[in-house]
Amino acid sequence: MSSMKLPAKMENMELLIQFISDKAGKLGFSGKRVKEIELAAEEALVNIIHYAYPDLQGDIVVSCMQHPSNQFVIDIEDTGIAFNMLSLKDPDISASISDREIGGLGVFLIRKLMDDVHYHRDNEKNVLRLIVHMPQPEKTGKT
Amino acid sequence: MEIIKSGKENNALVVKVSGRMDAVTAPEFEKTVNSWIDEGEKCFVVDLSSLEYISSAGLRSILVIAKKLKAINGKILLAAMEESVNEVFEISGFNSIIPIHDTVNAAILKA
Repeated sequence: MSSMKLPAKMENMELLIQFISDKAGKLGFSGKRVKEIELAAEEALVNIIHYAYPDLQGDIVVSCMQHPSNQFVIDIEDTGIAFNMLSLKDPDISASISDREIGGLGVFLIRKLMDDVHYHRDNEKNVLRLIVHMPQPEKTGKT
Repeated sequence: MEIIKSGKENNALVVKVSGRMDAVTAPEFEKTVNSWIDEGEKCFVVDLSSLEYISSAGLRSILVIAKKLKAINGKILLAAMEESVNEVFEISGFNSIIPIHDTVNAAILKA
């Protein structure tokens, strides 16, 4: 497992995303899948940066691991206020331009793009876990 | 992210956005297009052929601009999106609220 810990600030977002996408790239995910992982990571990080530490400064810890059950697991932790972003309700994606609400899409995209996503509160920490199935090796040879 | 004006066609200002539209850069897109609206522009064709990545912050900025233009009888048309950007528009349902065209020329004809 490898981790990166940085203060929860917008200027650190790109470094944290780059850390995750480097790991994903090395594990053989396609360019398209790496972008989807980056997108889910950005949406999670932006939420934490905006909401986890309203009054004080704090850190975000990102950990990446390859799980034996063929999963790439990304844990994103903060020690801010208890908040399960997965409890947010999905936006109405069929609303017209006038009724369409601004915002609320980030968590929806995380759910759509990741194979699985969980939240738990652990010892004063918020832990958001993004799970991506490992790429299947390409079949070689012809029948 | 880079945003450049490439000219005016059929009363639409054609602009090209390249790179990444994310939570860091999307406010800049909004600000730049807003400044052109303040100068009197009402119709925009946005060439996205070199846009590599968009997140919900980018969608949000486009929605803010689209709402603002709708209120003044203007419009924003998007063109030439690459596949991964198009996927984000489809998942979020934005493809049904913002006009999207395969090519810049097709968008200009509808401007």
